Amino acid sequence: MSNSNFTRRGLLKTSAMAGGALAMPTIFSGAAWGAGYMNEPTGSTVTLGFNVPQSGPYADEGADELRAYELAVEHLNGGGDGGMMNTFSSKALKGNGILGKKVEFVTGDTQTKSDAARASAKSMIEKDGAVMITGGSSSGVAIAVQGLCQEAGVIFMAGLTHSNDTTGKDKKANGFRHFFNGYMSAAALAPVLEARYGTDRTAYHLTADYTWGWTQQESIQAATEAMGWQTANNVLTPLATTDFSAYVAPVLNSGADVLVLNHYGGNMVNSLTSAVQFGLREKQVNGKDFEIVVPLYSRLMARGAGENVKGIFGSTNWHWSLTDEGSKAFVKSFGEKYGFPPSQAAHTVYCQTMLYADAAERAGTFNPCGIAQALEGFKFDGLGNGETEYRAEDHQCFKDVLVVKGKDNPTSEFDLLEIVEITPRAQVEYAVDHAMFAGGDLGSCNPGA
Amino acid sequence: MDVILLQLLNGLDKGSAYALIALGLTLIFGTLGVVNFAHGALFMLGAFCAVTVQRLLSISFETIDPDKVDFLGNPAKVKTPYVESWFGPEMGGAIVDWSVPIAILFAIPIMIAIGFIMERGLIKHFYKRPHADQILVTFGLAIVIQEVIKQFYGANPIPTPAPDAFKGSFDFGVLLGFDPNAVIYPYWRLVYFGFAAIVIAAVFAFLQFTTFGMVVRAGMADRETVGLLGINIDKRFTIMFGIAAAVAGLAGVMYAPINSPNYHMGMDFLVLSFVVVVVGGMGSLPGAVLAGFMLGILESFSSMNVIKSIVPGIDQIIIYLVAIIILLVRPRGLMGRKGVMED
Amino acid sequence: MLGLEKKDTSLLIIVAILTMFAPFILNPFPEGSALAQFNAGYPDLMQRFVIFGIFAIGFNILFGLTGYLSFGHAAFLGIGSYSAVWMFKLLGYNIIPGIVLSVITSGLFALLIGYISLRRSGIYFSILTLAFAQMSFALAYSVLTPLTNGETGLQVYNSDPQYFHSENMPNIPHLFGAKMQGTYSLEMGPWSFDFNTGYYLCAIIMLGMFYLAIRIFRSPFGLMLKAIKTNQTRMNYTGLNPRPYTLAAFVISGMYAGLAGGLMASMDPLAGAERMQWTASGEVVLMTILGGAGTLIGPVLGAGFIKYFENIFSKINDTVLHQWFAFLPDGMENFVITIIHPFVGKGWHLTLGLLFMAVVIFLPGGLVEGGQRITAALRRRAGRSGRSGDDASSTDTTPAE
Repeated sequence: MSNSNFTRRGLLKTSAMAGGALAMPTIFSGAAWGAGYMNEPTGSTVTLGFNVPQSGPYADEGADELRAYELAVEHLNGGGDGGMMNTFSSKALKGNGILGKKVEFVTGDTQTKSDAARASAKSMIEKDGAVMITGGSSSGVAIAVQGLCQEAGVIFMAGLTHSNDTTGKDKKANGFRHFFNGYMSAAALAPVLEARYGTDRTAYHLTADYTWGWTQQESIQAATEAMGWQTANNVLTPLATTDFSAYVAPVLNSGADVLVLNHYGGNMVNSLTSAVQFGLREKQVNGKDFEIVVPLYSRLMARGAGENVKGIFGSTNWHWSLTDEGSKAFVKSFGEKYGFPPSQAAHTVYCQTMLYADAAERAGTFNPCGIAQALEGFKFDGLGNGETEYRAEDHQCFKDVLVVKGKDNPTSEFDLLEIVEITPRAQVEYAVDHAMFAGGDLGSCNPGA
Repeated sequence: MDVILLQLLNGLDKGSAYALIALGLTLIFGTLGVVNFAHGALFMLGAFCAVTVQRLLSISFETIDPDKVDFLGNPAKVKTPYVESWFGPEMGGAIVDWSVPIAILFAIPIMIAIGFIMERGLIKHFYKRPHADQILVTFGLAIVIQEVIKQFYGANPIPTPAPDAFKGSFDFGVLLGFDPNAVIYPYWRLVYFGFAAIVIAAVFAFLQFTTFGMVVRAGMADRETVGLLGINIDKRFTIMFGIAAAVAGLAGVMYAPINSPNYHMGMDFLVLSFVVVVVGGMGSLPGAVLAGFMLGILESFSSMNVIKSIVPGIDQIIIYLVAIIILLVRPRGLMGRKGVMED
Repeated sequence: MLGLEKKDTSLLIIVAILTMFAPFILNPFPEGSALAQFNAGYPDLMQRFVIFGIFAIGFNILFGLTGYLSFGHAAFLGIGSYSAVWMFKLLGYNIIPGIVLSVITSGLFALLIGYISLRRSGIYFSILTLAFAQMSFALAYSVLTPLTNGETGLQVYNSDPQYFHSENMPNIPHLFGAKMQGTYSLEMGPWSFDFNTGYYLCAIIMLGMFYLAIRIFRSPFGLMLKAIKTNQTRMNYTGLNPRPYTLAAFVISGMYAGLAGGLMASMDPLAGAERMQWTASGEVVLMTILGGAGTLIGPVLGAGFIKYFENIFSKINDTVLHQWFAFLPDGMENFVITIIHPFVGKGWHLTLGLLFMAVVIFLPGGLVEGGQRITAALRRRAGRSGRSGDDASSTDTTPAE
């Protein structure tokens, strides 16, 4: 046994374990009622809650998010090469934790279910004293946890959530989203589709039958119809569908010459695989080559579809092949630590952690109201998406959107997508009271206690 | 008309997967009287046999190619599968390409072995226990199998393409005088249907025309009497369990190119296959097959746009709705026997 | 006492003591110690323990007594939750109307589904209930979104009417002004104990429901239900029609589930469709069998067991493991962590699966049997006083209950 590892802390923990109930000096106490705000960190550490899917279909995305969180915590505490902290336009972070407190974290499993995600987030707030909750890989879960954080009085930094509702109808004062949304995908994709496929096209939509699918479909239909396309049909597919053949089979005979797959994750892999199996891409309809579009791409999930993604257009929040300084720094520190490039989910949660820490540093407090104030209207650069702004009115980040295409000749297993165009922020911006986002109420920030 | 034909094909294709799984489930239930909640996991294991064979065949050695760089800017490593270096790129490529059919050869012994181990090691001890206990233990086993696969292969689907020869689709419409592209169907799905038909026929023939099958059928009807006649029925039942596992596994192997396998695909099929078995009638092999095809076809038809526009959401519930109606009209499903699993 | 036999009274008292002192019992480890990870005494999990306890007690009235295995009980839980949240949306955040309505609606649904499903028995009954529940889930997730808010889950918006909501009332679920989230933390040296309003409300309701269940078990009606389980044919021959009895049991257990759903929504005002999925129905079956079907306390134990794993084991990550084993030399530490890693955190399902198997293989009567074996072994050891070499596995087990 080498003595160097035998720290005082370790010794105490060991004896606590052996003794079962040996007392230890309290580091800090969980539910701090009567204090200024929920879970105010009183000791030398601050706890963040990383709530990601660790079981169920999105477990791999959750795992990638966790990797990025661990990297972010390492960088915040001054370890590693600092990653995007060095390229971030705000220089408030010093690498000594947040506000001088060392960053610690707890993790939980959302199971991609609203109930389980809320239970897990609650345990982080009530038991572990987390002052911020972040993560997730689906919109239903993000909205559910965002609502919880609003009630409990902690900040929620959304992970991968693409539904318009997260910062639309269901927006909350304590919730912030860095990821882009369905409207932005559509607005970015439409001009590219117009340039490639022309204005005289008829689209057939297959849409996952739940909230995200609907908002995505609504957005892309509006955007394509605005440039002259027609919509042949919109078919809702049950979430639990694994075999999409029954929905894909009638497409060719419907007079449509473009198939839009408003699916994500496992649904996307399966519906795209079915569409390719039916040979849609070799067919000609109305004298034009038949095309398939996947509005929201995830490289991680696209791997499951294998060769089927080649040449198919879609949009993404970020991709590791970007060559700006921020992206390069992030890919380098992530790649050197884990041996493969980060996914867009990893990127967005890393940014969210940095943005939260930076806001706390600038506000000089962990109070959710102070942090919200620091984030609202905050303009920044150097986090891989170019100039970005957290809009004050709906807590949505506005930035450039990437239009990507499945790469024809991938050089490695990670090299699946190529960036076709970086759609500038101005093109994807919308008014706060846009019809697709109307009906929500941000409310006022809730500091908990 | 062409649409109906198309959905009929779809239904037959879906139905073949349901029927194969339900057949195995009924074999186990009919012979051993065990409710096997781990049957979906066996199907999933079959699919991962295909994944594993594909991985084994593409085990590669790495060479550094100084002309290319990887994502970090270091010189890229280029992977070449050993089979390609042994048999030459063309032959080797073809072997990797045909990994799914090759996997069938491996899957049969592996799945039979897994079936034997499961039966001898675990299920055997649960013959006399209540069905609730059987459900709990096999469900626990299903979770364990699933999680072990997840540890090794991750949670994301893994693409397992069919050989190039089966890519693309066949135009039925032209044969029948419709416009081109009106009724097209992918080759591999047609292969799947044919394969399922062969497996089902083989299982029935085996039970019907061999002495072994005769004894097993007798054992299904009256286990004690057959035992009293001095026949070691237990051993035969173990073999039947192995065969049932192999049927589920083969269904899985062949399914891999249709939908990229993931670790929870078994659970997705589990509930459905139980509905199929019960609609067919507990313990009836022809019932299971019939119900499988019937529910597959109904599910396909219900997802037609015309029908969906009349009854929105019908495609989500059709299977359960049909199950309820059938069970209310025919108390023991389509072909069930009296007194089986009724208490 | 309370019309109960002595044995049942003591059981009720033990359960009452356990639930009332749960904040102490579940937080045995001091805050900040390595084992604090295993503390379960925070409001949310304690609420879940008792709410799922109610759910499982209700399920056991059907399954444990009549032997009818419903695979769709989660539908009633979901319906209860939706009813309660709708009451919050329309009337206001006082939980009483929500809970009352959730019991009524789930009772009505149970009556309908039970009336149809109970025409069949055995696995045919199970599949019928499963089919109803899966249909409810699929529709709630998609087509019925105006009613259920689909994927996101039904929640209260600022724009909802809330006719009886007044300014001086809290804007979260409350009972005449007492917030369900309200927690009083008692600090005793390094320990910290949470006393939560919502938990105590649920706990008192659970005690009431537990008492009711005992009364049902011991009543002539309960006896009739047991007769159905034992031999339905014989009952038919004696001229008794079992259907009304089983239907009554089905409706009662459906109402228990609805109550649990209503309470869940009251503790956390969001109702998600996943609550109705077959996995949720399966969970309550597992809770009951795991704890000991047909016993009074078993389902509650099973509920606690599964929820504990879900919430505590899933949170143990590598960082936590490194803290625990920091005392080992580097190589050893990493080795131990590599061994444990697959079973905790994201691998908590694996541990749960293994435990299901272990319990059902070694303890056919569920956790209750485990408890009985331990007490029997202890008694024997005390009796032998000093004689060594006894073997716990040879203990004769009394049948559960």
